[in-house]
Amino acid sequence: MENKIIENTVLKFEHVSVSYVPGKNAVDDINADVKEHAITAIMGPSGCGKSTLLRAINRMHELYKGITVSGHILLKGEDIMEMNPMQVRCKAGMVFQRPNPFPTMSVYDNVLAGYKLNGIKLKKSQKDEIVESCLRDVGLWKEVKESLNKKGTFLSGGQQQRLCIARAIALKPEILLMDEPTSALDPIATNKIEQLALELKKIFSIIIVTHNIAQAARISDMSMFMYLGELIEYEKTKIMFTNPKDKRTEDYLNGQFG
Amino acid sequence: MSRRIIKDKVAKIVVCLFSGLTVIPLAAIIWELVKKGYHQINWDFFTKVAPNTLDAMLAQRSGQIIPGGIANGITGTLIMVVMAALLAVPCGLFAGVYLSEKPHTGFSKAVSFLTDLLQGVPSIILGIIAYAWVVKPMGSYSAIAGSIALFIMMLPLIVRSTEETMKMLPSNLKESALALGSSYRSVILKVLLPSSFGGLFTGILLAISRVMGETAPLMFTALGSMQVNWDVTAPTNAIPLLIWQFYNDPNLVGMIWASSLFIMILILILNITASRVARKWKIR
Ligand SMILES: Nc1ncnc2c1ncn2[C@@H]1O[C@H](COP(=O)(O)OP(=O)(O)OP(=O)(O)O)[C@@H](O)[C@H]1O
Ligand SMILES: [Mg+2]
Repeated sequence: MENKIIENTVLKFEHVSVSYVPGKNAVDDINADVKEHAITAIMGPSGCGKSTLLRAINRMHELYKGITVSGHILLKGEDIMEMNPMQVRCKAGMVFQRPNPFPTMSVYDNVLAGYKLNGIKLKKSQKDEIVESCLRDVGLWKEVKESLNKKGTFLSGGQQQRLCIARAIALKPEILLMDEPTSALDPIATNKIEQLALELKKIFSIIIVTHNIAQAARISDMSMFMYLGELIEYEKTKIMFTNPKDKRTEDYLNGQFG
Repeated sequence: MSRRIIKDKVAKIVVCLFSGLTVIPLAAIIWELVKKGYHQINWDFFTKVAPNTLDAMLAQRSGQIIPGGIANGITGTLIMVVMAALLAVPCGLFAGVYLSEKPHTGFSKAVSFLTDLLQGVPSIILGIIAYAWVVKPMGSYSAIAGSIALFIMMLPLIVRSTEETMKMLPSNLKESALALGSSYRSVILKVLLPSSFGGLFTGILLAISRVMGETAPLMFTALGSMQVNWDVTAPTNAIPLLIWQFYNDPNLVGMIWASSLFIMILILILNITASRVARKWKIR
């Protein structure tokens, strides 16, 4: 892998903890700098807090009662807690595990959903341009340009997931948060998404939660290994996979647990 | 044949038999209504009002069908059901969305409990209430009073169906919309409500079909009128009310079956449409 990692920080975790039940941290005191134009993989056994950490970044935890997030998360140097949550969510786009295009909207409208939902008015020419460029970015343009007015749910699972990525990048986020984006997809669709991630990192920064160690090795520049809510190790992927510092990381990468 | 296959067969036959049994009452009802009612149904049935007792008697004496029809009932039912729906749909949708979105607040628990209670109130009591609240102060029986009674009856039905429909939406739909930076309000208006359109519409149709055949809430409120009446502040008739009135007039009993057949068909159409809509708009 020839990865020239540009050493700019796009996202900074400072003592980030999240708890669902008082006194018990599901994510415990995370400190890390996420690099710009890099793919950062978050790995770890089930229940170690990967999703919880990811959802802290776009402030999804606020939508539910009783979840407390402490510490600071800086997006491009700005504390996300001091920003408007809706603005944070525009700047940190999220792709979910299951592809979930909006069932009532066409492919075209799905790409523009962020604008529609936020009440941003665009001219028809602007819309066309955004739709085409985003669909091109996710490699879907050729496949769907004849059926832009069909419902997004008629696409295959892999196409739907790429549509969801297009929907997220249409808002020109700083960072893309992907929570196991390929775990519901077959190998071919998975491969397409991986290639896509490698393309997209030229424009965006990407954090991807994955259970698939091989996938992390294939596409990520940096890797985080979490265990029981703690960040055990955070390293360049190449280094972590060849020379893990912590015994637990080594065990995990060797398939000893998880 | 092995025992297993025989058992399978027997089970199948039993299941079919019992599902067949549930169809029998409906088929029998429709057959009865068609048999006794069809000869009264003609163009006049929809466009004219019922004759007075004497004319009806004379016509039957000379071996003809009873002239006239139930135009006053059709228009009255239409007016009152539409007005009731115009009130109940927004209120019911609003409350239903609230119940599904914020199920744990004290207020929503109270609303939910009251909805259940309201659903259990006998319809005749709703009629009496509307009489006390609307007819008395207004000084007259009216379509307004009737539609208020029907509105109260429809309300819990729509609240419940809305709540159920909204709860059935995939949970990640809301999250993925919110994750695009949209406000809660626009998520509800532009994603959740449109996505549950099928269920909401079905619920509304079923609620309409449920109240359309109600007589009791209208007896003290709409009262009835022998003429077609478009004035919502004046006494108004309705199809089920007419059926009751025909029953009380020995010379008009012949109209009962045709009127029943007509409203039965209306309700069946509504129900079939409802289930079609539900199927067509099902979210995958
Ligand atoms: N809504 C919730 N309420 C209470 N506890 C929760 C909730 N969501 C997650 N948890 C707990 O927080 C911990 C971290 O969960 P999280 O979903 O972040 O794990 P994960 O690493 O994403 O796991 P997986 O790989 O299975 O997706 C787990 O112990 C889980 O039980
Ligand atoms: Mg997870």
